[in-house]
Amino acid sequence: MSDKNIKKTISTLISGVVPVNIDNIDTDQIIPARFLKATTREGFGENLFCDWKKNADGSLKADFPLNEPKYKGHRILVAGNNFGCGSSREHAAWSIVDYGFDVVVSSFFADIFKNNALNNGLLPVQVSPAFLKKIFDLVQTDANATLTVDLEAQSIKITATGETENFEINPYKKMCLLKGFDDIDYLLSLKPQIETYEKQREFNF
Amino acid sequence: MGKTLFDKIYDAHVVHTQEGFPEVIYINTHYIHEVTSPQAFDGLRKRNLPVFRTNKTRATADHNVPTKDQHLPIKEALSRLQVEMLTKNTSEFGVELYGLGHQYQGIVHVIGPELGITLPGMTIVCGDSHTSTHGAFGCIAFGIGTSEVEMVMATQCILQYRPKKMKIEINGKLGKGVTSKDIILYIITQISAAGANGYAVEFAGDTIRGLSMEARMTICNMSIEMGGRCGMIAPDQITFDYIQGREFAPKGADWDKALAYWKTLYSDADASFDKVYSFKAEDIEPWITYGTNPGMGIGITGSMPSLASIIDADKTSFKKSLDYMDLHPGDQLLGKKIDYVFIGSCTNSRIEDLRLVADFVKDKRKADDVEVWIIPGSKQVEKQAIAEGLDVIFKNAGFDLREPGCSACLGMNEDKVPAGKYCVSTSNRNFEGRQGPGARTFLASPLTAAAAAVTGKIADVRILL
Ligand code: SF4
Repeated sequence: MSDKNIKKTISTLISGVVPVNIDNIDTDQIIPARFLKATTREGFGENLFCDWKKNADGSLKADFPLNEPKYKGHRILVAGNNFGCGSSREHAAWSIVDYGFDVVVSSFFADIFKNNALNNGLLPVQVSPAFLKKIFDLVQTDANATLTVDLEAQSIKITATGETENFEINPYKKMCLLKGFDDIDYLLSLKPQIETYEKQREFNF
Repeated sequence: MGKTLFDKIYDAHVVHTQEGFPEVIYINTHYIHEVTSPQAFDGLRKRNLPVFRTNKTRATADHNVPTKDQHLPIKEALSRLQVEMLTKNTSEFGVELYGLGHQYQGIVHVIGPELGITLPGMTIVCGDSHTSTHGAFGCIAFGIGTSEVEMVMATQCILQYRPKKMKIEINGKLGKGVTSKDIILYIITQISAAGANGYAVEFAGDTIRGLSMEARMTICNMSIEMGGRCGMIAPDQITFDYIQGREFAPKGADWDKALAYWKTLYSDADASFDKVYSFKAEDIEPWITYGTNPGMGIGITGSMPSLASIIDADKTSFKKSLDYMDLHPGDQLLGKKIDYVFIGSCTNSRIEDLRLVADFVKDKRKADDVEVWIIPGSKQVEKQAIAEGLDVIFKNAGFDLREPGCSACLGMNEDKVPAGKYCVSTSNRNFEGRQGPGARTFLASPLTAAAAAVTGKIADVRILL
């Protein structure tokens, strides 16, 4: 297996959450374009949600969930519907991982973001709008409430009450996450087929 | 049963299928730029891999480049580093680069088509979501993340699942002053910013057939703004005429062969789509967005929705958005004072866009307190504009014609709209802070933008024509 940058394996995670109850969070909010100038994958966490997290003078906004001490160290980000829409920047996934999250929960994820997350060992868990609301309500009353995410069983549970929902994940991506299987290694193993295709295809521009 | 255009092209690119695995899809053209490629080149280095097919990847510098004094070293250190890194990486790996100073440099989605690299029937990817633009030529084109950029450089293939198919038909005659930008903004308002999530979208109907290639690109460009996996339009004579004779387009016998193939690229009459929408061109007026996602739009003479008309689940987001814009639900936008006008981006920076604007502002002047930036999409567009004397018209109008790049579309370079200021922009995203921290964006057509430049307000261009 080749050397991977920041991929890691998730199986079961029990953690508190950081709730960001906003719909349509686009990748420009997750990581504004002016922070995309780095040429490595590390260090983006510091600027995660920068324009929501900080005032114009750089000081922290006390009421933004990421800044609230009660959510400190929690490794599950819970966000409103249609999370990660907008640009294809993988930096969005890198910044969430780099900040210290292992799982993002929403009632819908934009296509490219979902892919980018999975390619970086960040598990996107899509739940029903009702279950999402339950999580937001729960955290309002108990900031330390935890969720149990089980990738093998494809389930997410409110740990205290036992209420559980199953989530979908593409079986191939699940295997990649659980076994550290790698897309590029897989494709490289198919090189003979790729070369055959190139020879056979008449309109291979 | 017949096949859709999407399936015809997709099926022709399946290299390998295996139970429980995604399909392996061959990629004909891969575009890269300075922002989403450095980590991918790094990945190749770590794996000790070359770029598998160097002649199928083309690079340009666009996102980060200044639009003034491009012949001088880039002032901002991090931007300079990223652009230098692209030069170093492409030369080390043997990839063709149209970097700063090159006659072909420009926004990646502008240069591919104008050089005849983007062709019907291709699969095209780029680490940029507006890769959907290229679908206007009847190809499958979509944005990818950096891990996938690495994947394509390493193997010329990508892993995919077949998306659902959507057809959006527009029929009828467009009114005076209504452009393809208005069509796409109108559609996104109708079906919402998430309305095409999970779908490959084909645009069809006689209104689309009547559009130029530039106008078609504007439409496909924004298919990502409704969540579409890609957007596409079947190629026709207008497509073939556009391509013929371009730098890298097939020539001679190759052209004849390619043309015969391209003519088979359309959705069969009995092909089935998972979803179909139909709109009338006559219903579309110049369109403008008021909120912070591209689905929040109204006709130029219309009013913003009232709070009461928004369903409960969406109220918080709606209010947050209008607070950011400092606008009041239920109000009209017409007559609203604005501060900046940005004409550019991969949506509307082609020669046809510049001609349209020049034609309108000829013998007019911008309003005194408005700043107007006009950014050609590429060196070739810039050259053509100057050859046609458009630069003089812009100068006389008080417009600032700059050099090619993404510019204020995403505010990665110095071209930023200051916090709290209003900008009428021909780009594709009105997200919070997209044009600079705190900037407030109204998305509109080049004509509507030009009308705003001249009047200093949001105006109905139709009464000024
Ligand atoms: S012009 Fe804007 S949307 Fe187009 S590629 Fe550049 S940054 Fe992206």
